[in-house]
Amino acid sequence: MDTADVVIIGAGPAGLAAARVLKARGVASLVVLDREQEAGGVPRHCGHPPFGLYEFRRVLTGPAYARKLREAAAGIDIRTGVTVTRLGEGGLLSIVTPAGEDQIRARRVLLATGTRETPRSARLVSGTRPQGVMTTGTLQQYVLRGVRPVRRAVVVGTELVSFSALLTLHDAGIQVAAMIEENARITFQRPADLFPRLVLGVPVLLNTQIIAIEGGERVEAVLIRRGGGHEERIPCDGVIFTGQYIPENALLKHSHLEITPGLGAPSIDQTYRCSDGVVYAAGNVLRPVETAGWAYREGEAAAAMIAASLKTDQPATRSIPITWDAPITIVTPQRISLPGPALDAMQFKLRVSRQAVGRLRLLIDGRELWSRHMEALPERRIDLPRRLPSLEGASRIHIAFQEI
Amino acid sequence: MTGYAGCHTRGMGHYRLLCASLCAEIGPDRRLTDPIRWLAGFASILVLTFSQPVLNAGGRVAPTHMMRSPIPDSSVEIPDIVVIGAGVVGCAVTRLFALSGARVWLLEKGPDLLSSSASKGNSAILHTGFDAPPGTLEHQCIQAGYQEYLDLREKFNLPLLETGAYVVAWTDEELDALPHIVEKAHHNHVTDVRIVDRAELLRAEPNLHPGALGAAHIPREFVIDPWSPSLAYVRQAIAHGARCFFDCEVQSGRFDGQMWALDTSRGPLKTRAVINCAGLFGDFVEAINAPSPFEIRPRKGQFVVFDKSAYPLVESIILPVPTARTKGILVTRTIFGNVLVGPTAEDVPERDYPTVDQGTLKNLIAQAIQKIPALSDHDVTAIYAGLRPATQFSEYQVRSQPDRRWITVGGIRSTGLTASLGIARHVWSLYEKEFGGSFTPAADPVWTPVPNIAENAPRAYQQPGGGEIVCHCEWVTRREIEDALGGEFPAGSLGGLKRRTRAMMGRCQGFYCGAHVAALAEGKRASAPAEGTR
Repeated sequence: MDTADVVIIGAGPAGLAAARVLKARGVASLVVLDREQEAGGVPRHCGHPPFGLYEFRRVLTGPAYARKLREAAAGIDIRTGVTVTRLGEGGLLSIVTPAGEDQIRARRVLLATGTRETPRSARLVSGTRPQGVMTTGTLQQYVLRGVRPVRRAVVVGTELVSFSALLTLHDAGIQVAAMIEENARITFQRPADLFPRLVLGVPVLLNTQIIAIEGGERVEAVLIRRGGGHEERIPCDGVIFTGQYIPENALLKHSHLEITPGLGAPSIDQTYRCSDGVVYAAGNVLRPVETAGWAYREGEAAAAMIAASLKTDQPATRSIPITWDAPITIVTPQRISLPGPALDAMQFKLRVSRQAVGRLRLLIDGRELWSRHMEALPERRIDLPRRLPSLEGASRIHIAFQEI
Repeated sequence: MTGYAGCHTRGMGHYRLLCASLCAEIGPDRRLTDPIRWLAGFASILVLTFSQPVLNAGGRVAPTHMMRSPIPDSSVEIPDIVVIGAGVVGCAVTRLFALSGARVWLLEKGPDLLSSSASKGNSAILHTGFDAPPGTLEHQCIQAGYQEYLDLREKFNLPLLETGAYVVAWTDEELDALPHIVEKAHHNHVTDVRIVDRAELLRAEPNLHPGALGAAHIPREFVIDPWSPSLAYVRQAIAHGARCFFDCEVQSGRFDGQMWALDTSRGPLKTRAVINCAGLFGDFVEAINAPSPFEIRPRKGQFVVFDKSAYPLVESIILPVPTARTKGILVTRTIFGNVLVGPTAEDVPERDYPTVDQGTLKNLIAQAIQKIPALSDHDVTAIYAGLRPATQFSEYQVRSQPDRRWITVGGIRSTGLTASLGIARHVWSLYEKEFGGSFTPAADPVWTPVPNIAENAPRAYQQPGGGEIVCHCEWVTRREIEDALGGEFPAGSLGGLKRRTRAMMGRCQGFYCGAHVAALAEGKRASAPAEGTR
């Protein structure tokens, strides 16, 4: 059976960044697996800038960025067209290659499988099920292949990726009938909505829900409900559901690894290590979505931890769980392993499920050690202070959001 | 604050700096450090964006489906039988008549087999008939169809998931109803049905809500692939000389005492006999013959499909105790590795393009979680709705009119998948007895096994040299997709392609592979530019 010191699952920004660092730190046998025919991850499909600012000090389109990632990983054993079908215990991976089924055993595994958007079906959107309904990912792949899959689209969502979808639609010469947002304000930073409103002439409809998709063979319209309660029909032949990223975690769910309840993300400590000590995780599989640059940096950080653990493994004697409650929806990491390195600002991240105004509080063993008044928005990363106080004697860390 | 803000060092390109400020890297307090510069950066982004090369404005737009060739002229060929409707019943009928030596044409108004919302959207159960109305044609056809399916399936390489079923009682009232269910089953010749107590039930199904009180066990109620049988039947029919015409809607017709002249959307044809298997449009087609004695009243059934991660939670089909109103909602594993909950039973006017409704879907999910609480940890992969061709009657509407050379197979709702082979036998026996004429059956029938797409049998990606996987959620290889798109009997629509391969039916719903599958389908009969149901 094939063996390796480290197997990285996923050759996107996080996986390739980790590979570079592991190679630079002298890891002898390193294999990167990706189920697509080409490495580079989701950026391969995103046809417009900005990518690569941190990594290459350039502003690149997604495909160019992916190409540079591949170039920077030259000399590393990257095996494309390989699917991992099972993450077994002790670093035993079941894989499928074009030649058939096989196995590979690794001392360490890095899960860097990334994230995907929530499609119409999982959103339980009412209506018929005609052609022309897709996510940004699918749209961008069509456009990259030179295909205009629809003529006039409605974009659902106002996250960063929703504006990416707008740009893609514009590049492809596809009309945009409207951008629809459930909440009272756009999810991404204001005044990004000036772009569709003023520059493209696309209405951005806030407080608006999509009620149903209409159409027989193809989409004919979407039925929406405006803030005031009245319903409107927008003629179109395409609906682009954007964002609401979820981890690409099928491997995880069929494995022995602990999963953060309700989120499908692997439960990690401050060294990116999962519950079994062999598997690590980095990048957007950890939580809904960051830019490629962030995933890249996480890959680098996780790789440094992996390399260190291969030299001198320090199994945790104690684990401090981190808990949180609504409206906080996820905190990474989910526990602190002691002994272990201190958390730094880049790692400790959280998200809220909805807009909330109040005081974010960090409590250690019930005592508040830090708090900050803020307006929290969904899909936005919220950072905690750069350096946490010593956690030596602590047994509980809790993050609360006290709404006012 | 992190990397991006640190980029404003001298010597970096102006526009990189400005791009930096646009990125999602605003400071932790979320205040713009310099609003003017941010706006300028924003404006610069627009300039840069619009200076990107615009996609070739000739980017291919959705092609309309390919023109079909006209039907052979009646001076060239007159079939013995025209079967109208390529749902599972029409496919089974076509097969048997072709094997019996008849020259059969199968006409379908949609672009592919199973275009109708009846045959493509059901619960995929192979029914024992334990709860069928006793002494009915339906019951007879279910049991004949069940047995024949088991006899034939290996020759066709059709899969079988031997789940068994439990009719679970959740209240004392339901518990009291179980003996009657068992009695009815025995009366229906399903003699291995028996009552199991709570302890045995929970040993067999440990994830069932502990509120379950007991059940009737139906050990031979199974789960099958709902789409591949029809493909197998039609391919065997074609191997015995049958012809299929898609996008061929029968619009009107006249009988001259001996021969039917039918007008279709692909031109006129003549035939010596017609078998109406038009399902949801059965009454419209029937009206070509005579005023239809039945009226199709579509009954919609909505379904929710849970992620494959839920598969281990339930091993059998979990059935409810039926009430006077409804058969109720089942929860079962599917042969494709998922968990299914449904169907509802809603009278609707539409005969195609059924709608799903968010409130109803959420209710289905809640009901599933009530029975199997651990399902709350699992995601939804797909939602769909089927339409049952119900009529004002509860019985199958099968009628043979030898003087009109017309056989009606109407009102096959709920049990058509299981009963189809049995219905075919019954229709053949009617024809044989009453229509006269004789055919020479095939001496040595050709068997046409179909590719396996079920999870409980070897799949293409697992074979050495299986090749590139295109659909990662369902592990569908490029070769499987290409085979389904080409060959003697290619898929006629994107939906047809999906039903032959499982491509794009998984949790990502085409996020990873949608455009690739569309590109593979380009220029083929199945071609369609975006994901959807057809």
